[in-house]
Amino acid sequence: MTASTETAQPSFAEQALRIREHILKMGASPHGAHIGGSLSCADVLLHLYTRVLDGRPQEPDWPNRDRFVLSKGHAAPALYAVLAETGYLPVEELETYTQPGSRLAGHPLSRVPGVEFPTGSLGHGLSLGTGVALAMRRLGRPARAFVLLGDGELQEGSVWEAAMAAAHYRLDNLVAIVDRNGLQITGSTEDCVALEPLADRWRSFGWSAVEIDGHDESVLEKTFAALPARTGKPTVIIARTVKGRGVALFEGKKKSHSVQLSPRLYQRAKKDLRSGRTT
Amino acid sequence: MSDVRTEAPPEQGWAERYAVPAREAYRRTLVDLARSDPRIFCVDSDMGGLETLFGEEFPAQYVNVGIAEANLLGVCAGLAHSGLRPYANTIASFAAARACEQLKVDVAGNNLPVRVVVTHAGLSAGHYGPTHHALEDIAIVRTLPHMTVVVPCDAAETEAVVRATTDLPGPLYVRLGRGATPLVNEGPYDFRLGEARLLREGENVTLVATGPYPVVMALEAAELLARQGYSARVLNMHTIKPLDTVALGRAARETGGIVTVEDHVRVGGLGAAVCETVAEDHPCPVRRIGVPDGYLDHVADERQLLEYAGVHPQSIAAAALSIARGRE
Repeated sequence: MTASTETAQPSFAEQALRIREHILKMGASPHGAHIGGSLSCADVLLHLYTRVLDGRPQEPDWPNRDRFVLSKGHAAPALYAVLAETGYLPVEELETYTQPGSRLAGHPLSRVPGVEFPTGSLGHGLSLGTGVALAMRRLGRPARAFVLLGDGELQEGSVWEAAMAAAHYRLDNLVAIVDRNGLQITGSTEDCVALEPLADRWRSFGWSAVEIDGHDESVLEKTFAALPARTGKPTVIIARTVKGRGVALFEGKKKSHSVQLSPRLYQRAKKDLRSGRTT
Repeated sequence: MSDVRTEAPPEQGWAERYAVPAREAYRRTLVDLARSDPRIFCVDSDMGGLETLFGEEFPAQYVNVGIAEANLLGVCAGLAHSGLRPYANTIASFAAARACEQLKVDVAGNNLPVRVVVTHAGLSAGHYGPTHHALEDIAIVRTLPHMTVVVPCDAAETEAVVRATTDLPGPLYVRLGRGATPLVNEGPYDFRLGEARLLREGENVTLVATGPYPVVMALEAAELLARQGYSARVLNMHTIKPLDTVALGRAARETGGIVTVEDHVRVGGLGAAVCETVAEDHPCPVRRIGVPDGYLDHVADERQLLEYAGVHPQSIAAAALSIARGRE
């Protein structure tokens, strides 16, 4: 990076750090938060909202906007943080996360600006995205549908109902992103109900599958700039990520799934984050 | 198929025109509506028939998502959210029971204008057996937020319902049977969502029915009662939600008692909905005729199954008499 000036945009790394700080703060709120899966998809979400999605924060219902569906709704803290940092939400509102009267529930509500569909029950998002993609084609709009799924979520059968239909209808305006952090509540996805060979499974369903490092800015840039990966096919981006990414205390740990951070733990996690240590 | 012209006299050949299953009337009406409404989008789940009737005429407004009902309703929510008017086509049990969560979260929860048009409701699947019966769907769908629930009593009313609801801003559940059922309406009429239709005036008791055979049986029961010197009012309660509480209040006040009739279990459906409003606002005796608790694995046709389950004109008349005589 060149030397920053007062008007320079913050770097991706600086923005990503802020997103993670917000997530930890929500984790320190009275009800805690799904920290691990929020930290794992933070870079993907940040990249989507700052470089990929065509949208207008001041006009969230702009008809030609790209639609985003957070199918893994429990990563709401990451979404709220990104929405706040990109102008959809006041940053101060993050302080209200899960507090009585707040718009910011543990899983996203559609009355939050920038949230298209309320999610939280897994296995719904890809069908919603498929419907949106079909509608955009029918309406002749250039808008695309992006759906972020958890990897454990892929155990829901409805995901594969949607995957079959989207490929059948050749929806190349539909992009699924799998936050492949490898962990679900009880441990490794491969020990629970195995997902691998994951890319091959998507390909066998008729999708164009790309496997990437979901934390690498330049890889994200290159991948999302080249969509659709194949004309006439929906694309799935399997983003290999680390659960709890950025906080050594939580990285790769299943216990990071849902945590209420004590003041002591919160300080330690923040210190971890700033030190930039990753496993 | 020509339009239902409101408040017109019965047409020549009316009965012949509607001597078809209600679902057939729905399909033809949908095709007719799509000719002038580009928002209409037909989403099929391999039901058979729509792919030619609708899909061939409007290939850009038709998709078949296959045998995948959860996805069917999620896709419809996505389409509706984007400004289209999707009609989801499946079997009652598969929408209300199998894909209940998509119906709850994606369709009803978002208050989206998805029309869920189901067939094989009640015992209309007859000999197909209990996997294809839907005796609990009204109970399920009427608890869902924003959901409008309509049960047309014949093919003519089905066409009227479909035409009257194209601009309904929220979700709609239309409950249809499978085969052809008797024509209850004698001519076209001005269907009003949420307003019970008076089929027969009476003063000793009111029979409130929903669905094809329940309405037919209520009319038959009214005849039986007339022979015994009692006059029964008959209401076709085609809209379960929002319920016509005005007509029910009047029935309670003017006739002093209500018998409900439905092709649904006795809990959670029309009878329960009527009891809720009557108990709170218009106390009067109510008897509920419906399918009792139990797994109905008897093999028979629709009307026979209903009668086997205790839903028949005689049981309706007996319930009405118990109310009317109780007052004497």
